[in-house]
Amino acid sequence: MTTLATHPFAAAAAAAEVTTADVVLWVVLPYLFLTVFVLGHVWRYRYDKFGWTTRSSQLYERRLLRWASPLFHFGILFVFLGHVLGLGIPKSWTRALGVSDGLYHLMAITIGTVAGVSTVVGLALLIYRRRTVGPVFRATTRMDKLMYLVLAVVIALGMWNTIAGSILNLGGHYDYREGVSVWFRGIFRFDLHPELMADAPLGFQLHGMAAMFLFALWPFTRLVHVFSVPLGYLWRPYVVYRAKARTTPGTRPPRRGWEGVQRPKEHVGPF
Amino acid sequence: MRVMAQMAMVMNLDKCIGCHTCSVTCKQAWTNRTGTEYVWFNNVETRPGQGYPRTYEDQERWEGGWTLNRRGRLQLKAGGRLKNLLTIFASPKQPSIDEYYEPWTYDYERLTSAPLQEHTPVARPKSLLSGQDMAVRWSANWDDDLGGAPALTQADPVLQKVSDKVKLEFEQTFMFYLPRICEHCLNPSCAASCPSGAIYKRSEDGIVLVDQDRCRGWRKCVTGCPYKKVYFNHRTGKAEKCTFCFPRIEVGLPTVCSETCVGRLRYIGLVLYDADRVLAAASEPDETKLLAAQRSVFLDPDDPEVQRAAEASGIPRDWVDAARRSPVWALIHRYEVALPLHPEYRTLPMVWYIPPLSPVVDVVRETGEDAEDRGNLFAAIEALRIPVEYLAELFTAGDVAPVTAVLRRLAAMRSYMRDISMGRDGDPSIPAAVGMSAAEMEGMYRLLALAKYDERYVIPTAHAEQAHSLEELATECALDYEGGPGMGGSGPFGEGSGRGFHNDPIAVENFHMLAQRQTTDTVADPATRKARVNLLNWDGKGVPPGLFPPRADEPGEGPGLREPDDAAAPAVVQPRPVGGAEAGPAGAGTEPRRDGGTP
Repeated sequence: MTTLATHPFAAAAAAAEVTTADVVLWVVLPYLFLTVFVLGHVWRYRYDKFGWTTRSSQLYERRLLRWASPLFHFGILFVFLGHVLGLGIPKSWTRALGVSDGLYHLMAITIGTVAGVSTVVGLALLIYRRRTVGPVFRATTRMDKLMYLVLAVVIALGMWNTIAGSILNLGGHYDYREGVSVWFRGIFRFDLHPELMADAPLGFQLHGMAAMFLFALWPFTRLVHVFSVPLGYLWRPYVVYRAKARTTPGTRPPRRGWEGVQRPKEHVGPF
Repeated sequence: MRVMAQMAMVMNLDKCIGCHTCSVTCKQAWTNRTGTEYVWFNNVETRPGQGYPRTYEDQERWEGGWTLNRRGRLQLKAGGRLKNLLTIFASPKQPSIDEYYEPWTYDYERLTSAPLQEHTPVARPKSLLSGQDMAVRWSANWDDDLGGAPALTQADPVLQKVSDKVKLEFEQTFMFYLPRICEHCLNPSCAASCPSGAIYKRSEDGIVLVDQDRCRGWRKCVTGCPYKKVYFNHRTGKAEKCTFCFPRIEVGLPTVCSETCVGRLRYIGLVLYDADRVLAAASEPDETKLLAAQRSVFLDPDDPEVQRAAEASGIPRDWVDAARRSPVWALIHRYEVALPLHPEYRTLPMVWYIPPLSPVVDVVRETGEDAEDRGNLFAAIEALRIPVEYLAELFTAGDVAPVTAVLRRLAAMRSYMRDISMGRDGDPSIPAAVGMSAAEMEGMYRLLALAKYDERYVIPTAHAEQAHSLEELATECALDYEGGPGMGGSGPFGEGSGRGFHNDPIAVENFHMLAQRQTTDTVADPATRKARVNLLNWDGKGVPPGLFPPRADEPGEGPGLREPDDAAAPAVVQPRPVGGAEAGPAGAGTEPRRDGGTP
């Protein structure tokens, strides 16, 4: 019985205000979406290496893309780093480094706002371009459209949380570093606290849920190109040489089921 | 010394008549797909001209190839690795579709489906990118045969480099054709630009290929290649380039462009080179010495030491023998008449050219002088700075001496062989004047004028011990294969996604495509629009089913005929009169066809 009490689910259930809906929303669904995210990528990589590409539309149109794409991509990179800091680093760590909460908050909202605005402007331009430039629109799949919709919703909700929640403090002060962040880290440590999300403001709840849905969608969209960030380019030799599978005769192991006739090894010894 | 073998090509520009057969056959073999409409692995440019894509040779604008940085080290012209990565979201120097051309088709169906009307129906050009009507303003060969000159030729980046006098006189004096494929460089800047490492140089034969499964569509290779011979497939989002027809080369066949060249101006063979010397050669500070630097990288396959080193490097004996018989090596090294295209890009290109003498000959002939006379020709080469300067900008980074030397050799061969074909003794002073022996000159003549198929193409086959990875047997691919590439339309992730696509082995694909094309044919004057006998697929043997309409006493179609799936689309093979005259039966001459419900 004592072991049961320390079990995360039991601990979560023990908290008085946690309802079944909270557990489904903030425990079951996150794991479900994360599983789809991971297995989906494995499947996509095995099934569809050929489709694993940015599907660049620069050939069709470059004047808008030239501004919109870097705005969006650099913006979202900083937004991502901000999320790593905000969700991944516990408050105690930054305090230990001597960063006061006030300073942290100031940095988060200034850098976050700049990155967020450039992301939003970039995305708006990109969506405008995708809809209005004929060839680009024709090259847009249904999956692309769904992805753009969800991505836009996630980003819009995130911006709303930053502006309305953290800057204007509408609806009172909420410190996500003691709520959402703890819940998020708990997912990976199996230390589940659905009550923290249940208590979070609606904006954060919706942003989190939409983001998790985006993660579930991720492996089936062009977003997979994120995992192809070619950082290895900085270190690899300029010119790649590759040989056709070079083997000496007879040394290549045959594929399973296609081995030639083999004589079983002669049995030597007592066993 | 690290010996490597390189499959290389030489083109004799004197023989090119600009017929574009190489381009067309290459396109039919490799790029007749959606997404590659504008892609020409092989194209033929008229010089002077802007080339394809427009002004691609202007590297100040397009930043292709290599350059030396301030410390004298070799660096991509478009910038270092970090800059390359930081500009990944919008490649700043990539030609847009306008620099190529917007591909289009014509609304041919309109010609047959338009109702009877006073005016002849028109097949409008429709863009293959947007599907809309478009005004055709440019294409791959818009300035063919100096069309649009002098207005268009002024934009030729090579012409802009030569002196003003040359520029003014150029169009009046000559033009020539420049067929181009991928150069399969020893120091490929496309591969160096690829962030994913998807472009690689095959270590066996030096062919530069794009791994379609590893390409992520960063499109940096398009910028990196100074020859603009890597293209972006806008449907699959992957880079594609000339493959040197590697499936043919591996079994000893020449490339499609060479095989079908009417002028027989292409030569294919091996060249051995020292991979350890490539970087030093490409880093040569003086651009005009790059030709000599590249030559110094090559290894003489007749040298026993090279042969031993080649063996140590794992090059099979028969490949070394093929390198000794290589016509490419003979033209580059023994006769020294072949020159690389734009050595100043520092990629050490491996498709070389014999510059054309014919413009000089034409000029001499027009003056009424003897155009076969050595003295006249030599004098003309010296006097006519026009072609020589221009050719030097193409082949030797502006140094006229090597071009002059080649043209003198070609001129000498011309006058020397004239004596022989006139039944006179050859004058040994003529080859001596260009530093050759009479035997060498006759050998060169033989290679340039008479060489048969097996002398022009010396291609050692890939090796039996590697055969299994080359073959496309059922043990590897079984039948997990459906449709042909791009035939299934757009998948959920974009064009051509999924396993069914990327597993298509080349030969099986062709086999199935051929079978499909042959079996979708049906009787003449078919009932559906899609089903027509395609005589282009008929090999001339026998009578394929459906070639003739069925006889009255025969029951319908023969076996093996397949109606196309889209039976719902009715054929409209003849215009129907609006007034509703009684239509005749299908297939009965020129009468309107019988079509029940027409009012």
